[in-house]
Formats: sequence, C-alpha cells, structure tokens
Amino acid sequence: MMEQMRRGVRIPNLRRLVIVPLSILGLFVVWKMAVYVTQYPPFILPPPGLVWNKFMTVLGDGSLLRHLWVTLVEVLVGLTIGVVFATVLGYFLAKSRLVERMLSPYIVASQSVPIVAIAPLLVIWFGAGLFSKILICALIVFFPVLVNTVVGLKSVPEDLQDLMRSLQATRLQTIRYLEIPSAMPVFLGGLRIGATLSVIGAVVGEFVGSDRGLGFMINRARGQYDTALVFVAVFALVFLAISLYTSVILLEKKLLSWREPEDQSLKQI
Amino acid sequence: MDFTLSHHNQSANAMIEVRAVSRVFPTGNGGLRALEKISFSVFPQEFVCVLGPSGSGKSTLLRILAGLLESTSGEVRFHNQIVTGPRKGVGFVFQKSNLMPWRTVLQNITLPLELEGLTALEADEIALAMVELVGLKGFEQALPRDLSGGMAQRVAIARALIHDPEVLLLDEPLGSLDALTRERMGNELLRIWQTHKKTVVMVTHSISEALFLADRVLVISHRPGRLCLDLPVDLPRPRREAMRYTAVFGELTESVRQAIGDSETIMEGV
Ligand SMILES: Nc1ncnc2c1ncn2[C@@H]1O[C@H](COP(=O)(O)OP(=O)(O)OP(=O)(O)O)[C@@H](O)[C@H]1O
Ligand SMILES: [Mg+2]
Repeated sequence: MMEQMRRGVRIPNLRRLVIVPLSILGLFVVWKMAVYVTQYPPFILPPPGLVWNKFMTVLGDGSLLRHLWVTLVEVLVGLTIGVVFATVLGYFLAKSRLVERMLSPYIVASQSVPIVAIAPLLVIWFGAGLFSKILICALIVFFPVLVNTVVGLKSVPEDLQDLMRSLQATRLQTIRYLEIPSAMPVFLGGLRIGATLSVIGAVVGEFVGSDRGLGFMINRARGQYDTALVFVAVFALVFLAISLYTSVILLEKKLLSWREPEDQSLKQI
Repeated sequence: MDFTLSHHNQSANAMIEVRAVSRVFPTGNGGLRALEKISFSVFPQEFVCVLGPSGSGKSTLLRILAGLLESTSGEVRFHNQIVTGPRKGVGFVFQKSNLMPWRTVLQNITLPLELEGLTALEADEIALAMVELVGLKGFEQALPRDLSGGMAQRVAIARALIHDPEVLLLDEPLGSLDALTRERMGNELLRIWQTHKKTVVMVTHSISEALFLADRVLVISHRPGRLCLDLPVDLPRPRREAMRYTAVFGELTESVRQAIGDSETIMEGV
C-alpha cells in the first residue's frame, strides 16, 4: 500500500516537472516568433533576449531585489494586518446578530468603491511612503477574508456545537477545538484570494505615488520607454504573486490533510 | 396520565425527574408540539429505553434531559436540581456519530478529557483502554472519513464513556451497526452499565433491543409527543439471548407494539 501511495504522489509531480517548463518554453517560442513576425520595435515588444539581458543588469546592480523587497514588505505586512482585522471582525459578525446588522451595510457599501478610486486619497492622507501602500493592501485583502471567515464560522456543524456545549467547553475552548479547525477550509479559501489581491493592492498604491517598489519600477520604465524593464518588473510581480499563492496552497495542504486526499482543488499548482 | 409514582413511592430519590415537560417548535401555523406534558422519573442505576415512531420527539426529549434544549414548559431535575444547561457527569451519544473530521479516532475519544485539562499523554492512556473496549484497536490513528458508520458510532460511544459519567443519554447509539455488532455492543453496554453502575436513558427503534436491555420501556406517541406507555421489564438479570424467545418476552413485545401502533392512530386523529 505504501508503494502505491508513494507512486500516486510521484507521478503527478513528475508530470508537473515536465509540463511547467515545457509551457514556459512554449511561451518564449511564441513570444520570439511574435517579435519576428510583427517586427515591432523593442520599445513596443522587446525580444526575450533583450529582456533577459535587462534582467541580468538589474539583478546585478541590486535594483531589482531592492524594489522587489519593498513590494514584498508592503504585501506581507498589509496582508497580515488585513487578515488579522478581517478575522477578528468576522468572528463578531458571525457570532452576533446585532454587530452583523449594524456593520454589514457599511461593509457592503465599502465594497462598491473600487480600491483604485480611494488609493489616491490614502496616498494624500498618509504620504507616499510604505504606510499608505500597506493600508491599501490591507483594505483590499480585508473583504474576501472577512466574508470567508463569516461563512466558515457560520457553517460549523450544529451537532458539533451541541457536543461542545454538552462537554461544557468554555468559549475559548470552543474557538480552539471546534471553530478554528472547522472554519479553516473556507477561511483558507479567502486567504488564497486575499494573497493574490494583496499584490494588486501594493502595485496600485505604488502606481499612485511612490519612489520605490515594483509598481514604481514599472511606472518609471514606462516613462523612459524602457519596455524591456517593464517586462522584467512584470515577471517579478508574477513571481511574487505565484510564490504567495503557492505558500497558501502549501499551508492548505498541511492544515487540511484530514480532508479527502482526492480533493482536486488542493492538488493544483 | 402520570406514571411518575407508578413503580416507586418516592420520587425524591430519583436520579432524573421529568415533570410535565412540553416542547413546541415554532412553525408558520401555530407551532409543532413535539412533546406534551411528559412526566417520568429515572432512578439511580436504572436502564430506561425510549421508543416511539419517527418524529415523535425522542431526540428532543433527550436533548432536553441533557440541557441542550430548553423545554417550553415543565422542568427536569437531576438529583433534585433543576436542569438549566449541560452539566457534569452526563455522557451524550448523538443520533449521528458527530465526530470531528480533523481529529483521529484517538483524538476524538480524548476530547472530553482534554477539555477537562488533562495532558494529551494522560488522556491517551485512558483512551487506549476505551479503544479496546469498543473494539477499535488498530484504528487509533484513523480519521473519521476512513471509518464505517458503525465504527464511527463506536468512537462516539467511547467518547461519551471516557470521562466516566454517572448518567448516559444515548440517542440510537446502535442504530447504524450491523445485527451482529449491534448485539455485541448491546451486551457491552449492559456490562458497562452493570460494572460501572451507570444510569442510562437510551432511545432506540428496536422493540426487542429495548426489552432485552432495559429495566423500563417508555413509549412516546407521534404529534403531540405524549408518554403513552411506561412498562417495567421484569426479566431476570443477567439477560440471556434465550430470553428473547420466551412467552414473557413475547407478551412484552406485544404490549409495546400495541402502544406504538395506538400512538400512530392518535396521530391520524389529531
Ligand atoms: N430544531 C427544530 N426546529 C423545528 N422542529 C424540530 C426541531 N427539532 C425537531 N423538530 C421536530 O420535532 C419533531 C420531533 O423530532 P425528534 O428529532 O425529536 O424526533 P425523533 O423521535 O428523534 O425522530 P427519529 O426517530 O426520526 O430520530 C419532528 O417533527 C421534528 O421535525
Ligand atoms: Mg431522533
């Protein structure tokens, strides 16, 4: 049985090891061909080789990592703050009718305002530094995590709540032994969305006003018609987003191993 | 109809006393009378089985006894204290096995002990004995998703027994077991009840199981749920399989069957 299980894990891994590089290679081939066929100048569509050289340059002079680091900090701090607030508020929303009635109109209303529209305000109020970007990140992360926390907590099986009551569990014990593990799958779904959105939040903030970060890098390179550099920065962003997303997936795999091993949604990526 | 004093002159020494308990569930048209004016007492170390057609309010009654649900009127007393909520010393087995899917068999069984503040190590030691008792040796580390219905129910029984409660409230604990396991677990229940001196109130659908296990059988009618039979089972203990085929057993079966049948005609009359 062990043998079977081990093989069952290895085959998809092997396939993934082949398919992912293959599709990336395919992308480069198409890209190279597009450049060749269209004959666009490099400031519109730079060839892969040029982008690679640019990448090596900005990697060598440290500027890429510096900007990447700034964006990473904004994303991680913003994500953390957004998740903490959303989880705590979500708990009270799920547990108290009164709180839910009082706050949900504001929460829904706040969602009808796109973050891009309030980002300039936040930059005006809180300056062009890290703080305003962190705030934008936290705001954009807040809603999906909040919603999933509430949904997760509300779907805790009633029978298990009765069980905890019949065992005279305290409030804190119920949170620890029942509500957190039971709400975890839905909560992590929200975190997955939040993690992706947080990268967008940071870039939006940097676009609006900043002097560092990957968003700033894109903005400046575009102004200088250095399209190869725009490509490098975009790839760096993609890398950042995928790493973050993958971290959440790994967290899910670790925390939700008690669920069906056949759960396909966990196997992707 | 008041059966409270039918077998014992004094209700003062009753372990559980149910006085005129009614429960109405609010619905669109007036409310659903799940239980109506139920009164009975359970005495220390008594084994009582509750029978009744589906939807007659057996689970509702058990949840009220456990303090998980409030009665609309009437009161329940444990040791002469009014029940206002869940209390210590009561083990409850739910109709569905009701396990935590993220905990292993062993972890599900030790949950009550962990909530009482025992360390995992201490809890495991007690739980391992319990695992053996319910015949789940070798499955300690299995997750609920890998268990059959019967195995899951045995885990639930072990979980209810682990903190050695004086009262066991069992809602169809053997319902999802196959006939053989069911008989074995029934005997096991009898053994636990006898050696550990517990008071048991058990809901079941099986008349013969109720008669085989219980000192008394209660029958509840369907909508409104009234107590329509409180029958002492005067079969000698220990009970033996052969007793199922005696004339006394047959007569008892007949009276219970009749009571359940009558209760269903009442339902049509209402
Ligand atoms: N929370 C609730 N809200 C509304 N109605 C309920 C609720 N719980 C139970 N009922 C109703 O009360 C009646 C009695 O339910 P109960 O579960 O106690 O029956 P039961 O005798 O245990 O049935 P079964 O043998 O099928 O388990 C049923 O008609 C049921 O629909
Ligand atoms: Mg029931």
